[in-house]
Parts: sequence; structure tokens; C-alpha cells
Amino acid sequence: MSSERITKKLTFKTFRFNAETDFLPYFKTYEMEVGKDELVLDILNRIKWEFDGSFSYRRSCRHGICGSCSIKVNGKPVLSCKQNVWELVDIFETDTLLLEPQSRKRVVKDMIIDKKDFWQKHAELKPYLVAEIDEHPKEEIKVSPHEAEQLLEADYCIQCGNCYYACPVVEVNENYFGPAQFAKAYRFNADVRDNAKRERLEKVREMGPGVWDCVKCFECAEACPKDVDPIGKITKLHNQIFEEGLAQDNVATRHAVGFKHSIVKHGLLDEGELVRYSEGTLGVMKHLPEAVAMFKKGKIVMPWNMPKSKNLDEIKTLVKSSSKVKF
Amino acid sequence: MAKLKYALYTGCTARESTPELLMSTLAVAKKLDIELVLLDEASCCGASHLQDFDDFLSLVLNARNICYAEKQELDMVTICNTCQLNTVMTKERLDGDEDLKSQVNEKLAEVGLEYKGTSSVRHFLYAIIDDYGLDRLAEKVVKPLDDFNIAAFYGCHNIRPSHLHRKHNAVERDVGEGGGEEGFEKVELMSKYNSGENPYNPTSLDRIIDALRGKSVDYESKNKCCGFHADLQAPHTAHKLTGTALLDAIDNNADMMVTPCPLCHLNMDVKQDSVAKEMGRDIKLPILHLPQLIGLALGIDPQELGLQHNVSEPTFV
Repeated sequence: MSSERITKKLTFKTFRFNAETDFLPYFKTYEMEVGKDELVLDILNRIKWEFDGSFSYRRSCRHGICGSCSIKVNGKPVLSCKQNVWELVDIFETDTLLLEPQSRKRVVKDMIIDKKDFWQKHAELKPYLVAEIDEHPKEEIKVSPHEAEQLLEADYCIQCGNCYYACPVVEVNENYFGPAQFAKAYRFNADVRDNAKRERLEKVREMGPGVWDCVKCFECAEACPKDVDPIGKITKLHNQIFEEGLAQDNVATRHAVGFKHSIVKHGLLDEGELVRYSEGTLGVMKHLPEAVAMFKKGKIVMPWNMPKSKNLDEIKTLVKSSSKVKF
Repeated sequence: MAKLKYALYTGCTARESTPELLMSTLAVAKKLDIELVLLDEASCCGASHLQDFDDFLSLVLNARNICYAEKQELDMVTICNTCQLNTVMTKERLDGDEDLKSQVNEKLAEVGLEYKGTSSVRHFLYAIIDDYGLDRLAEKVVKPLDDFNIAAFYGCHNIRPSHLHRKHNAVERDVGEGGGEEGFEKVELMSKYNSGENPYNPTSLDRIIDALRGKSVDYESKNKCCGFHADLQAPHTAHKLTGTALLDAIDNNADMMVTPCPLCHLNMDVKQDSVAKEMGRDIKLPILHLPQLIGLALGIDPQELGLQHNVSEPTFV
């Protein structure tokens, strides 16, 4: 095998902007030969060192722990120091890659963004252990292996923001806490030494900022470089809200519970009844124009024609014996 | 080649608000000589909401659905992205955790069923690509779609989380000798020779459009979320996400949009007026279910494909 270094000639279209001096952002392209082991962080360094010393980006540990070097490449959130460049060429089937900050509207300079909202929302959910600590303990606080496992992967978060800036809800609802924040709330809620579980749940159950506004797109799980699976933790928070008896009677909770009512009655979901039950008899009126349009096109099943699953008895039995959660 | 045969889990929408999805699926299967056995015993999958309330119940119900495919020794196909995700999430958890599997089977035993894990679960779209084959599909085209710019809208639950998608939707293909060195070369070969797609650059729908000789639209929103799951509790969020995707397709000259997910279809097709109000722009774009698009190219009668049920009227037919 040849010892010659194999490289690919790649073009990097790079977002440039200085909030202090520029009126509009612009793109600069840099061409370079890239070896198969080079990472996105190597490219950022080379742009700064070989092309333009004014190019700015955050970096620190270089081994996937500090969480400071995240950007987006062709729309894919990446932790620069872990993402191989050739792999991106393979995914996007192109030799031109677009380097962008995590969020264009939050840019301070080039790849550097203002993460103020990210940290503020973190702080609101008390991302730390709330416990009465004996300053002179006689023995350690015992946590069993099983109890420790309940943190799941939530403890691995490095707060890089990949999930937060990939979340489409954060993009359109500035009050929404965001996936990293929920994962952190779960991390401490799942800790047996912590005493602020209910306090956190009272915050994350609110409509608007809370977990009910999640659209379940799994962008967060896909974006995470540490496999924290934030949406999995959002589901756990939903579960905790019901388990702790903190579920308010609103359209979101009724929407989740309504599925059970429908399934026990028909096996299938009664779509019309789910909307009516979730919204309430008055609230459902706002869906009238769409309901009429659907009715005209034969898209609404009348209650007397509602299809039912075969062997519905089995489903009734299973719902009765398997369902333990109360609302 | 042996006749293809699957157990079809229709999900709820295909039996209620999107009857055209079931009609067109059955019509296309008949035309391609694929046998679909309807799983009439199946219940709702919980649509990613039931598990927020009662996770264990959701597991038991989804496992029961799979049991009925297993009983007939058939692989399951789905026609809804969310049914697909909920079913494979259940399968993944039960296949990887003997304790959980026996807890679920304890319940299923009460009704004389047992989950074994013997049937695969795939969206029908991938069965068409991997088992039927795009070349064979292309040969069947009698009305090429070459006059149309078609925007593929993938729907989250068929592409994310990708580890589940790659494991269940994609078929492992033998890439032959010379798989290359460990590492990069191997990755390259995998993505070229099986149907696994990357959530940041999905291609399956575009490849189908290509086989039907349409022009696929290149636009950023193709792999984004329509917001369906927050429709009731956060309508502004949902409308904005649906609107952003629709306008992106329109601004890139789409004549129509196609989706494999009936939930995306409901948002894109039925809600165009309220979404237009939210976005402050007119929105008129015909939205087709994937089997409706395939059916048109195969020369199937539009009535049989249920086009009369689409709210965004496909005036081009």
C-alpha cells in the first residue's frame, strides 16, 4: 500500500459576520485539500491559520468534553472536534460544504453565537442538586446501582447546544425551555438525593414553555453528539407529571389521556372524539371550518360508523390489566 | 421472483380521515401484484401521545399488533410514519430487554398471545424500494410525471432517530467482496448499496419520483417537521412549521408535494387556509400521499386512488 497521503479537494462556503461592524452577513469560500482523518475543527483552525486570522469560532478541549465548538455543516449540527469531514462529504454527496453558526439570528461573530437564552433557561430549571446536606456527615449518602441507573444518559450532556438550536419549537416559540434544559431537569429529577422534583415539574408542565409543546420531531436526539436522547427524557418528564399527580386538566393532558379512552372503546382512535375531548365542547368550535372542509371530502367518520378493531375484547382486557396510571 | 406478501398495519387515519391513503395503497399493491393482508385486529399505536401518559400500556398494545403479523408469519408494513416509529420503538425495547419482554408477555398471555420478535416492521415505501425494486417500478410507468416539479416531504418519524430507521427500515444488502478497509470506506459502501438514508440528506422519495420520471424539487424543508403532534396544544407552533415547509416548496417551484405520512398530509392538505393566515401569504399546493403519486404514474384511475378526498384539489389530473 502506498504511503502517499490521500486527500480530497473540498470547498468550504463559510458564514461570516461581525455584529459590531457588518450590516449584513456574507459568505467566503475557502478551498483546501482535506485528508481522511481531518475533523471539522481542523478545518476551522486551517481557515484561521492559513487564510484569515480574523475568522472567529469557539474551541477549547478538542476531545468532545467542553461542548464549545459546535456549528452546523450543511444544516447538520456537529461538534466540530468529533465530526470527520469525509463522512460529511459522503452524507451530502458533495465536495462543497456550508459552514454556519448554530443559529444565524444569534451571531456575534462568524461561528460565535450568543447563548444567553440557552443558559437562562437552564438556570430556571435548577440544574443542580437541591438537598439538605449535613456538613459533618458520619457516613456517605448511599445510592444503589439501580437508583443511579435511573439518570440514564442524561448525565452525559456537555451543553453544546446542538439539540437546542436544532429544535424547531425553539425557533418559533421563544418561551420554550428546549431539549437540553428538559434533559437536565430530568437528570436531577431522577436523582434520589434531590428534593426539587415537584418544583421543576411545576415549571415544565406549563403550556408554552413546557414539555407539552414538544412536536416530537426527534431533531434533538439526532443532533446530540453524546447520545443523551433528550426527547426520551421529555417523555420521562411527561410520565413524572402524571405519576406525581401534577397533571393539570388542559388540552394537552386530555390529548394524551384521550387516546386511552378511545382505544378501550374502539381499539382504533376516534379522531373526532379525541379533538372534542381534548378541546372541550366550546374549544372544539374553532376547528369547525376545517371540519366542514373535511366533511365535504368524505374525511369525517360519523360516530355511528366508527370502525372498531377485531377482537376488541382482548384490547379491553389488556387496557384494564396493564394500565396503572391515573388522571 | 416469489410474490411479495406482507401484513399491513393501516393505523387509524387511513381508516378515518385519510381514506384515500388506504384506497391508493391497496390499488398500487394490486397493480404491482403485491399481496397485503389487512391486520384488522390491530389497535391504535398511541401516536406518540399515549406513552406520555401510560408508557407500559402503549408497549403492550403495540406488541399485540406485532403478534398478529407474527401469527401469520408475515413481515409487517406500515403506511404511517408515526405508526412505524411507535411499532419499531416497541420492537427495539422488547427485543433488547428480556425482563421487559416477559412483563409484556405476561399481559399478552391473558388474551392468548405471545410477542416473539419474528416479524420485521417497515414502512411500505421501503418495501417498494428494497423488495420490489425501483427498476421494476420504473418499467411499470405508463404516465410519466415529467411535466411536474414534485416536492418530497419525508416526515420525521421515518428518518429520525436514524439508528432505529437504519436498523428496521433498511435492508442489509450484501455489498460483495472488497468492502474496503475498516472505517471510512465501509461507511461509504453501506450508504450506497442499501436503502438506509441519512436524516440530513434523505433520498428515498426523490429516488421514487425519479423512477416515475418526475422532477424532484430541491428545498431545505424536505426533512423538517410539520408540527402535527402539537396541533391541539400549540397551534401557532404547528401552523408555523407547516407553513414554513409549504412556502419553501412553493418558492422552489413545486407543482405538488408528496408525503409517505398521513399525519403530515393532514397538516399540509387540510390546514392550508389557517396556515396561510398565520404566515400572511396565500398557500395553494396539491398534496398527495405517496401511493397516490405512484398510482397516477402507473395509470390507475384517480377515483380509485381516492383523489376526490384530497382537500387541496389536485387540479392537474
